[in-house]
Amino acid sequence: MTTLELMDYDDVVARFDPVMGLEVHVELSTNTKMFCGCPTAFGAEPNTQVCPTCLGLPGSLPALNGAAVQSAIRIGLALNCSIAQWCRFARKNYFYPDMPKNFQTSQYDEPIAFDGFLDVTLEDGEVVRVGIERAHMEEDTGKSLHVGGATGRIHGADHSLLDYNRAGVPLIEIVTKPITGTGARAPEVARAYVTALRDLLKALDVSDVRMDQGSLRCDANLSLMAKDAAEFGTRTETKNVNSLRSVERAVRFEMTRQAALLASGGSITQETRHFDEATGHTSAGRRKETSEDYRYFPEPDLVPIAPSREWVEELRGTLPEMPWERRRRIQSDWGLSDAELRDLVNVGAVDLIAATADAGAPPAEARSWWVSYLAQQANSRGVELAELPITPAQVAAVIALVASGDLTKALAREVVDGVLAGEGEPADVVEKRGLKVVSDDSALYAAVDEALAAQPDVAAKIRDGKVAAAGAIVGAVMKATKGQADAKRVRELIIERCS
Amino acid sequence: MPSISRDEVAHLARLARLAVSDDELDLFAGQLDQIVGAVAAVGSVADQDIPPTSHAVPLTNVFRADIVRPGLTQAQALAAAPAAEDGRFRVPRILGEEA
Amino acid sequence: MIRKTAAELAELIRTREVSAVEVAQAHLDRIAEVDPAVHAFLHVDTERALNAARAVDEDIAAGREAASPLAGVPIAVKDVLTMEGAPTTCGSRILEGWQPPYDSTVVRKLLAAGMVILGKTNMDEFAMGSSTENSAFGTTRNPWDLDRIPGGSGGGSSAALAAFEAPLAIGTDTGGSIRQPGSVTGTVGVKPTYGTVSRYGLVAFSSSLDQAGPCARTVEDAALLHEVIAGHDPMDSTSIDVPVPPVVAAVREGKTGDLSGVRVGIVTELGGEGYQEGVLSAFHEAVEQLRALGAEIVEVSCPSFTLALPAYYLIAPSEASSNLARFDAMRYGLRTGDDATRSAEEVMSMTREAGFGAEVKRRIMLGTYALSAGYYDAYYGSAQKVRTLITRDFESAFQTADVLISPTTPTTAFRIGERVDDPMAMYRADLCTIPSNMAGNAALSVPCGLAEGLPVGLQIMSPALQDHRGYRVAAAYEAARDAAQGGALIHRVPELEAAR
Repeated sequence: MTTLELMDYDDVVARFDPVMGLEVHVELSTNTKMFCGCPTAFGAEPNTQVCPTCLGLPGSLPALNGAAVQSAIRIGLALNCSIAQWCRFARKNYFYPDMPKNFQTSQYDEPIAFDGFLDVTLEDGEVVRVGIERAHMEEDTGKSLHVGGATGRIHGADHSLLDYNRAGVPLIEIVTKPITGTGARAPEVARAYVTALRDLLKALDVSDVRMDQGSLRCDANLSLMAKDAAEFGTRTETKNVNSLRSVERAVRFEMTRQAALLASGGSITQETRHFDEATGHTSAGRRKETSEDYRYFPEPDLVPIAPSREWVEELRGTLPEMPWERRRRIQSDWGLSDAELRDLVNVGAVDLIAATADAGAPPAEARSWWVSYLAQQANSRGVELAELPITPAQVAAVIALVASGDLTKALAREVVDGVLAGEGEPADVVEKRGLKVVSDDSALYAAVDEALAAQPDVAAKIRDGKVAAAGAIVGAVMKATKGQADAKRVRELIIERCS
Repeated sequence: MPSISRDEVAHLARLARLAVSDDELDLFAGQLDQIVGAVAAVGSVADQDIPPTSHAVPLTNVFRADIVRPGLTQAQALAAAPAAEDGRFRVPRILGEEA
Repeated sequence: MIRKTAAELAELIRTREVSAVEVAQAHLDRIAEVDPAVHAFLHVDTERALNAARAVDEDIAAGREAASPLAGVPIAVKDVLTMEGAPTTCGSRILEGWQPPYDSTVVRKLLAAGMVILGKTNMDEFAMGSSTENSAFGTTRNPWDLDRIPGGSGGGSSAALAAFEAPLAIGTDTGGSIRQPGSVTGTVGVKPTYGTVSRYGLVAFSSSLDQAGPCARTVEDAALLHEVIAGHDPMDSTSIDVPVPPVVAAVREGKTGDLSGVRVGIVTELGGEGYQEGVLSAFHEAVEQLRALGAEIVEVSCPSFTLALPAYYLIAPSEASSNLARFDAMRYGLRTGDDATRSAEEVMSMTREAGFGAEVKRRIMLGTYALSAGYYDAYYGSAQKVRTLITRDFESAFQTADVLISPTTPTTAFRIGERVDDPMAMYRADLCTIPSNMAGNAALSVPCGLAEGLPVGLQIMSPALQDHRGYRVAAAYEAARDAAQGGALIHRVPELEAAR
């Protein structure tokens, strides 16, 4: 391998204009697969969610999932696309062991949705409009496990093992138009686009959008144009970009790599590249044997789709408040300044706070939890706020427990820790960890009496009217009850006993 | 139009995953040329403005309800596999890029 | 007993004059006796057949209502339809020994109807052929002359009928694979309207053309079977959700022998040069018979039919090249060359090379070519336009005629081996049958006499979903023909023992 030459980023953007194309694959969270009645749940035992159709057995036929079509249309509408009056599936023919029929049933020149856009807000508030070329339906492939060899990777493996549970899971592929003119901000735009798309899909409730589980996957196409060039350069397609941060890093890396190559008189090979999370580098996949010839033709086993305009309008009516609309509303409801809102947006807290408020928590409380304690937890774990294993509903439940006096603030943090540790719902954690506030006065009297008896001098001061001295007794009681007492109540009881 | 070369036949065989022998290459080159010559007559309509027919039935919008149906057990799925391991289909090493 | 019609057998079983077990056993005995010479079957399941027959007998003894008008009647199924617990090979080495884990809808319906499945019949590999010579498991022979082909691809099903090994059979017809074998074996073969018999479990050759249908020795038997297997199936997205055409009633109507008011159109393009003289004369006699029954005979022209054969040999191989890609040695079927050093790709290529026969490989190559970038418009795209033209020709012809007729195939059964090295000559056997597949219409073949001692078929084509029209004309014609010739044509098939 030759040593890697990279160009300084400032030089890259001084000499070249990046052109990006982003392809996002979204696994739909329908109950069943695209063309058969098998479940789509993630993580089942291998080859237990399969049938003749998704195994591609001879004689089997596809039957299109209406719910997947509905999701596809809703996604298209949310992306401001036109919805096809009439479209078909096509077969994309190529051999690969994870594809049971050796063709992928996909849409080719007749996507269900096309020609839309998504407005993306960058960290400083600048809005970039990303054009959407198309959104089309297709089926996912199975999963291969490469066994033997030194690396466990595909190269050098002895053999492979195939699980077809994922084969046939409905996918929507969303393809942008070439994104130009973003200059130095291209990596940031890429990340912001995928983030915005993820938030949109989540609001539509059509997918789990978990990049870590592969239900949202991004391929980043990138090419560079010299400043005086009139035509796009040769592009590479980087796959295996599994987090929002990686999207940004992968684009940035390809810019510096391609620029160095071009500047030294080299040329870019049109190829697929893999992003390595550990190094932040991309590496070439195997070169495509010949120019790929997929021999597309209309899928004869499925009839065309002709969504009636009434249906499309009905689906338009089901679109939820869009994330950006919601933000605008929240800003005014909560009385936030632009800068405050932007901060919340940038840490990815807005939707979480809003959802927590929707689940019954006062917005201020919700905001305080997400931007302080939970933000710290996300930070220390190195994940996005939204990736924390706690839901807004669970946060709201904790807040409610504090409001009802069942938990103190300090106990509430312990409950949150328990939820984050996978111990179940807040109520379960309270139960299992025995965190409930001791609200039984008789138990508290006993602890108070004991503490007063242990510190007779302090008790005397209090009796003398030096109420401030009660703090020491409160501390002792709290210690004795392992923090499960309401300090305010304890104080009241102490004064009562000493009066 | 045709005259299908031996190289072209070899390329088609590669696309179709057929490890054809040299003798077969020659045989197929000759026969494909003959057949393609005989069917090339359809090209007479290539420039005409006629909507193509992809399906024999005039149906549209045939959808299935999103309801789980019982499928196969793992044992049934793997019953005919040439090789299996750990509940999965065992296949020779896969060359090429990850999909 | 084996010479009785399915309708007669069903009646005898229903009235308990014979048991379903006796009927099944008689056919199993016949198979044991003559199939070594005919080789119509790839797989016979004696035990399963007898168990099914026993269940029917028990139902009748218990006074339960028959599951269908064909309850207890034996049937043979082309080996291209899946049946759980039995091998399905499609006549191919690549699927040898494969046992599907599910029933095709057609098989499911046969079982639900109380029919007794004797076994699976031989066919050209993956239904590609017109002679059954392309089976990986040996050629089926024509009971009329064991040195001749039984037609194809469903030669096994038709030969089983002509050899009295089964009273009924299931075939599949992509370009004529039910009708052409029916024609050359002196039996009835029906291709129903595309979309009226489920394709679920039918191993696909050409998805937009394939259609399963009945094979029988009489028109009435075919109609009875038609009503058992037809009907909407949500597992097949191209299945049409309409009532099954009333084909049995149409047969009853036809049997009255009156065709007055029925306009029968002779297709100018399907006849004349290149057709065997005896075939044409038998066809013309049939036309006269129809006229005598009161039918109005008209001539119609379908100019695009001349492009049907070329278009078919682009569409079918193209779809086949994709449909057959799944046979790759990874999940089922044959695996060759896996020596732990070769890659999956190499093993796929070696297995497909070893597992597919010459005709299948030829069509995969042709289809791969026709779909390739750069050729698509000239070949596949144009073929689809031709398909539109053929459909339009049919539409206009059906303005002036209720049904269209032609010879089913240009020649009688040819000799085994005669056309194996000349694919184009072989392909011409489907000249008359292909247009109905292209348009999705209904069509059937009914025997219309002999030419030099070999059966000739009359093809009757109906508009889509009007299958009953063809049945009515065929039933009227069959009755008149039998009356004129003093008995059913099929009974003139030579005794097999005498032939060998």
